[in-house]
Amino acid sequence: MTVAPETGSTTVGTTHLPRYDDDAPPPVPRSSLGRPTADERFVQIGTWVSGFGLAWLLTQRLLPLGGLPWFLVAWFACTLLVTTVTSGMSGGLVEVRDRIAANVITVGALVVGAVLVSAIVFVALRGWRPLMHLNFFVDDMAGVGPKDPFDRGGIAHAVIGSLLQIAIAIAITLPLGIGTAVFMSEVGGRFARIVRTVVEAMTALPSIVAGLFIYTVFIVALGYPRSGLAAALAIGVMMLPIIARAADVVLRVVPGGLREASLALGASRWKTVWHVVLPTARPGLATACILGIARGIGETSPVLLTSGNAQFFVTNPTDGVMNSLPLFIYSTVRSGEPNAIARAYAAASVLLAVVLILFVTARLVARPKRAKNRRGGRPSPAVDVVHADPLVGMGQVQPSDRTEENS
Amino acid sequence: MTTLPLQDDAATDVRPRKISRKATGADAVFVHSSRLVGATVLVITGGVGIFLGWQAFPTLRHYGFAFFTEESWQPEADVVGIAAALVGTFSVALVAMSIAFPLSLLTALYISEYAPAKMKAFLVSMVDLMAAVPSIIWGLWGFGLIMPHAARFALWLQQNLGWIPVFQVDADPDAAVWDASRYTASAFCAGIAVAMMVLPMSCAVMRQVFSQTPPGEKEAALALGATRWGMIRSVVLPFGRGGIIGGTMLGMGRALGETIAVLLIISPAFEVKGRILEIGTNTISALIAGRFGDASATQLSALLAAGFVLFIITLIVNTIAAVIVNRSRSGAETDA
Repeated sequence: MTVAPETGSTTVGTTHLPRYDDDAPPPVPRSSLGRPTADERFVQIGTWVSGFGLAWLLTQRLLPLGGLPWFLVAWFACTLLVTTVTSGMSGGLVEVRDRIAANVITVGALVVGAVLVSAIVFVALRGWRPLMHLNFFVDDMAGVGPKDPFDRGGIAHAVIGSLLQIAIAIAITLPLGIGTAVFMSEVGGRFARIVRTVVEAMTALPSIVAGLFIYTVFIVALGYPRSGLAAALAIGVMMLPIIARAADVVLRVVPGGLREASLALGASRWKTVWHVVLPTARPGLATACILGIARGIGETSPVLLTSGNAQFFVTNPTDGVMNSLPLFIYSTVRSGEPNAIARAYAAASVLLAVVLILFVTARLVARPKRAKNRRGGRPSPAVDVVHADPLVGMGQVQPSDRTEENS
Repeated sequence: MTTLPLQDDAATDVRPRKISRKATGADAVFVHSSRLVGATVLVITGGVGIFLGWQAFPTLRHYGFAFFTEESWQPEADVVGIAAALVGTFSVALVAMSIAFPLSLLTALYISEYAPAKMKAFLVSMVDLMAAVPSIIWGLWGFGLIMPHAARFALWLQQNLGWIPVFQVDADPDAAVWDASRYTASAFCAGIAVAMMVLPMSCAVMRQVFSQTPPGEKEAALALGATRWGMIRSVVLPFGRGGIIGGTMLGMGRALGETIAVLLIISPAFEVKGRILEIGTNTISALIAGRFGDASATQLSALLAAGFVLFIITLIVNTIAAVIVNRSRSGAETDA
């Protein structure tokens, strides 16, 4: 604190202590930065409450707009209106815009969340009754009509069919897909660039066209019957570019320094790939594969064309028609019988549970180990589901970006 | 005592070790076998594309350009065309995108700018989970939960915005008992289900690009007194423009090829139709799924031609999207 020296004073440089006013009110504690104050929070909550009241008045008393959807829309509109008024009272146009944008963006995200929850809850609610019977998980549908009660018949044959088909598809696509990714990112060259271009182009292949391809070649031209093997091949044709591309994205995230260190220490290229690159990328590769499996197991259209529809246990994939979960859902839900439709929804809940389990596994596998990283262990390239999706994982993925997002 | 290495004067002819990039031993095996795998995959994936084109060729030559302009699909009468399905494919995809685009943009903005820091990782995995939900589940959701409400909304649209040609329905809007069946199973209903399928994808791309916005520029905007929305509008949105466009087009690419949800919801109709609220439409993928069973050889090749057209459209859309997304990322180094 600087005090202007008094003119004409002889005592230059005396220190003036500030005087404290003992009667002054205690200082207000400063609220933390960036947090809304109690005032603002009150206005925010009050806005939503008054919007609720206005909407109730509008839809239930004034206008002939019955039903929950109209009420929600009116609530949103009234809240925006009240927000405009309240923020206009305290600030200018800039503040009004800011508040309205915040409300609109939050509601948009809420709508998306509600959609996801509604889909899961809806499927589970429609299908919970068959799920209560144990035979639903251990029986097949042989001799069970669409009108039969829930204590007869089950979807074990569809589950087994799905698992067999996905196992065959994985056995084909995994070595080929990861091998191609290794070739594209580790060997390189002009030929690798051609392969990459073609693989990227083929990720655009709609799944129904993959199914139609196998149907035309394998079933019509070569004369094999519809079977689980054909379905597995169709899923494989669909998944191969997806897995190859996802694995390629993951391998590109491996830091080049690790490769160079290994080569500089005298390891051969093969040893570098086997002992350095692949172990580093293991969590990412696992995620990519699990997500490929989740995609393959839920895909209906290739199976619809190639596998046929069996109502009984089929364990030999080359031996005629075979059922699978998505196909069972699709064919049963169209039957029109309430019991059959409930069975379809129950099967859909099972499918959803399978995908959910795969998803959580992928998350756990891909989770970066923080404690290890801090001690200087190698960072594991974690992969988002959607970024393991080759259609999304466009271009170079920056490793720094990954770690920041997943931590 | 240090011993110096003896210089052998006889061996003056020391040549530097030959350096070659050619792989030897196990490396040669590795390089060649991985090249073999790559070639196999090239043959498989490229084979599918070439096979489709090769099968489509006779059909396109036989029907000529009429294949794209003919509405009906009557192989018995040798009249086959995909005009109706092509228009239907695009109308379903456009409905889907007009729903998915605003929602995914808002969700991406919420996750990257508004969500509390602790919630962020959770919300990101929720969007990812949404992407992993099988399409048949979205089909069931659209068919069972949304379609009745969508039909009612379609009626309201017709009553209030019926003068716009797109919202016209061939039914009396003021009937005492409205004919609900005229408003269901439409491109609009299918579009809602498809929107939920493509939403997480475009949302993920947008969020990814938003999260790469240089923090220096964001903080500069805030320090100059911008509100949060002002910061978003002046920094985040311009920076992420490429991601917004590219993500939307990627979603479009998937919406075009979606089969099972559409097949579950629509009732097939073979006419070029702009009235998206009215019952009956068709898409190329639904056409294939519905017609492959009783197909003869020529019909099968016509279906393959339709599939080839769909593949080419998807490929073009995806390629443009990839170019746009990549170009937007190249600006990521403008950090302050």
